[in-house]
Amino acid sequence: MSEVNENKGMIRRFLDLPTDSLPKTIFVAVMVCLVGSMFVSAAAVALRPIQEVNKLLDKQVNILQVAGLYEDGVDVAEAFAQFEPRVLELATGEFTDQFDAASFDDRAASSDPELSIALDDDPASIGRQSRFVTAYLLRDANGDLDKVVLPLHGYGLWSTLYGFIALEANGNDIFGLQFYEHAETPGLGAEVDNPRWKSLWAGKRLADEDGVLQISVTKTAPAAGADYHVDALAGATLTTAGVHNLVRFWMGEAGYAPFLANLQAGDI
Amino acid sequence: MAQTRREMLIDPLVDNNPITLQVLGICSALAVTSSLQVAFVMALAVTFVTAFSSMFISMLRNHIPGSIRIIVQMVVIASLVIVVDQFLKAYAFQISKTLSVFVGLIITNCIVMGRAEAFAMKNTPVASFIDGIGNGLGYGLILMLVGVIRELFGSGSLFGITIFETVNNGGWYVPNGLLLLPPSAFFIIGLIIWGFRSWKPAQVEEREYKIQTVEGH
Repeated sequence: MSEVNENKGMIRRFLDLPTDSLPKTIFVAVMVCLVGSMFVSAAAVALRPIQEVNKLLDKQVNILQVAGLYEDGVDVAEAFAQFEPRVLELATGEFTDQFDAASFDDRAASSDPELSIALDDDPASIGRQSRFVTAYLLRDANGDLDKVVLPLHGYGLWSTLYGFIALEANGNDIFGLQFYEHAETPGLGAEVDNPRWKSLWAGKRLADEDGVLQISVTKTAPAAGADYHVDALAGATLTTAGVHNLVRFWMGEAGYAPFLANLQAGDI
Repeated sequence: MAQTRREMLIDPLVDNNPITLQVLGICSALAVTSSLQVAFVMALAVTFVTAFSSMFISMLRNHIPGSIRIIVQMVVIASLVIVVDQFLKAYAFQISKTLSVFVGLIITNCIVMGRAEAFAMKNTPVASFIDGIGNGLGYGLILMLVGVIRELFGSGSLFGITIFETVNNGGWYVPNGLLLLPPSAFFIIGLIIWGFRSWKPAQVEEREYKIQTVEGH
């Protein structure tokens, strides 16, 4: 009891100090920071579960959108059930059942030393790459593979862009590409979300007839031709370069190339 | 201050508007006005932050040492902004994605700091709260005005509801792409300021210089 009184006395004594004195200045600074940080952390902790649900829902909506299955007002959980999530081992390009595909977290795996590798050659600037990722398979009415949605990410100008690419069953034709999380400049780099730009990806091809990866995102069309080229974003050179690098990285040998080879060989 | 509370609330709408008269908060006004829905949420967030930060700062005003007053104001404002950001992420996820960094940038919105420093440091909490609401609404009013023009003529819709069927969707309206880019907000705000000052000539600032005339010999 006496301790409480003493504490009260102390705060009182501080408050009664002349406002511009040094002890009072320090006292006010510490108190304001303490109270402010308490508010901020309380809000962050209390709201996190709702935010996580939103994030998951947003990811599912993006997977649906990239595969062309999303319409306004659709029941996301129901539509998402059409997908068959499978954990894919990148090095072998084969599915593995070591993990539960519904709960496997690619992004947590990227920072887990057991499940990821440090990259020496790292054009997408991601530092560590998970050895396992979750692929989403979409089958048609006969049970044949229709599309496959693969996650990819890499660094743009300010931020890591996280997105999905949807490929046709032949493993070479692009159906769509879109990012669900990034912090690029609104109006410039953030135009990666522009529906018109995203629609450019449909129908492009990854590799030419000789199996050489040709896809590029640049200002001028390369020799390979328009089928392998997506026009750069105006005013967003570095974001564009980031997208170019990350797509080529993930579609290359270090990424999905083994899986795509299996897909083309009909082994999936 | 001889202002009544009613005046405190109404004054910043036209007579002392933070954007058109004080020319503050332009940066976010350019960025978030291409769609009305986003502009509306931004206006609400700024009103909320300005009102509560002014109130809290006013409650502390007799204890804030002059040497660190700006920092204390910033801590109060920043805490409120982060709380708002967290709420938007939880309850308005799509809008918070569109607003992206601009919610965080409310911290640097000059209106919030301006009211804290110019009003809340010298007035009672209730008056400061009302002043904050008034200035937030004044900011919101301009945001909505600009938003209506930009969204209607830039994408042919209001609050995402199609008004003019655009050519891309098989209609007749060719949208004006310039209005979707930030510079268009400059033009519109400039026109609004011109309009306000023609309506209320008292707002016109005096020239800082006089053109000298030399007497002819």
